[in-house]
Amino acid sequence: MIPYIANTQDDVRDMLKVIGVKSVDDLFVDIKPGHRPKSFDLPPGVSEFEVIEALKAVGSKNLTNIKLFIGGGYYDHYVPAAVPALASRAEFYTAYTPYQPECSQGTLQSLYEFQSSICALTHMDAANSSLYDGGTALYEAMRMAARITGRNKIILDGGVNPIYQKILKSYTTNLHIEFHETTVVHGQSSREDIFKGLDDKTAAVIVQNPNFFGTIDDHSDICARAHDKGALVIQNVYPIALGILKTPGEMDVDIVTGEGQSLGLSLNFGGPYLGFMTTRKKFIRKMPGRIAGETVDKYGRRCFVNTLQAREQHIRREKATSNICTNVSLCAIQAGIFMALLGKEGFRELAVTNQKKAEFLKGLLEKIPGVEVKRSSPTFNEFTVCLPKDTAVVVEKMIKKGFAAGFPAGRYYKGMENYLIIAVTEKRTKDEMMAYSEVLKEAIQ
Amino acid sequence: MEIVEHYFYTKEHEWVSIEDGETAVMGITDYAQESLGDITFVELPEAGLEIEQFGQVASVESVKAASDIFSPMSGEIIEINAGLESHPELINKSCYEKGWLIKLKISDAEEKSSLMTADEYRSFLESL
Repeated sequence: MIPYIANTQDDVRDMLKVIGVKSVDDLFVDIKPGHRPKSFDLPPGVSEFEVIEALKAVGSKNLTNIKLFIGGGYYDHYVPAAVPALASRAEFYTAYTPYQPECSQGTLQSLYEFQSSICALTHMDAANSSLYDGGTALYEAMRMAARITGRNKIILDGGVNPIYQKILKSYTTNLHIEFHETTVVHGQSSREDIFKGLDDKTAAVIVQNPNFFGTIDDHSDICARAHDKGALVIQNVYPIALGILKTPGEMDVDIVTGEGQSLGLSLNFGGPYLGFMTTRKKFIRKMPGRIAGETVDKYGRRCFVNTLQAREQHIRREKATSNICTNVSLCAIQAGIFMALLGKEGFRELAVTNQKKAEFLKGLLEKIPGVEVKRSSPTFNEFTVCLPKDTAVVVEKMIKKGFAAGFPAGRYYKGMENYLIIAVTEKRTKDEMMAYSEVLKEAIQ
Repeated sequence: MEIVEHYFYTKEHEWVSIEDGETAVMGITDYAQESLGDITFVELPEAGLEIEQFGQVASVESVKAASDIFSPMSGEIIEINAGLESHPELINKSCYEKGWLIKLKISDAEEKSSLMTADEYRSFLESL
């Protein structure tokens, strides 16, 4: 194999001469010798065939046939074959940022349709054409609320995905954001805590529905109280659940974000994923990211363009609404295709199937002595159980039997070492759930 | 390029008209609106806000750019041109009259000495 840097010895010599240094090493004099690697320990080049074999050997270590009962914000939903087949068309796959509408109508229209579907799902006025993932979308929503209100206090509900909570805190290490953290009581956001924290310095209350423990809440009362104080409410949602749940729009939420992975994207070992964001019309100029908009050309024909670009960095420079000037187009298009493929009825059916299957598993697990299914609040397709021993040990045992048993709550919540959060998607069959129940019974012995 | 004789001007192409020694109306000049192109959105402050001379007070977005607008004089904002919210193009059509931005209760009429007169602004534009 040849090195991929195509400069000849002569090229290198000429370039060094122009900048006036003797050798390539001289370019690195600022890095002290102690900090330089002695060698990169790279093996000699091998053939393509040998590389493939070596990678296959690494790949074979993956567990590819385990039954996933783990969620935590990312779910094992079925991806219909039509979704990758359409999304992998070269017109979508290789397209660049649609700065030139005259040659990007396909991409722009697809993103416009994605935005429209997300708006319909959340019952909100306007969506951007996506952000990197659910966690960073939530961070952007928080900054947006601070921009709108001119305030910097954030009330953060304990039911928000702890991974997202970590993202919010790490992104704001050097920003003036003050977090007021509240608890979850019987699966619901603690009204007492939230209302105590709400004041005229509060920019936003951040909640999640369903929350990390899988429970469903109606945040309408929180929205009303927050608005009385001039604060906004940001709700992080699981899009599939919106097929049957009361929507953020109906609750009067101001900014909605979510992880769009469940909309036709594979789990992909953690990414690329899809963050989405919707808001009310009055806030669109404060919303970060790209927006595909509908307009007419000079002949009056319907067409699409990037719109509201004056909020963005390439025009507004340091006054831009955010440093996000991009989106994850291909993932958004994929999600758009998924939503269009299912349609309104199909989407609702998918949500109902998820919820029913989870209820079925709840019923099975309740019969196991020592397992307590938490029923203080309704759930969607994810729920919390309390086991008689440390969940981490149980998970370890079950993975050897081919089951990813769930998310050990103790990983993020102190004192919840015996709690397991279990997700059931439409892909889990009755047989799989019965087998899961048997294996769990053994694992807690 | 239209310039109104008795108005005062800034290097950032804002105009101010001092009404009676106590209040003033400000906007952007013909040169500014023409350079910006079609104006699509105006972000105005709320009435009651105190503003320093040459402090940022509004922003104007056009199809080409977003520009900050600075107040030619210090004072308290007593009125904003609410019509611009739905009709930002008034600035393109009538920048010195219907397209005004902000009415101020000025704190020091003498601040006008640090602004340009119509003649001075005309020469300034010629020098650009």
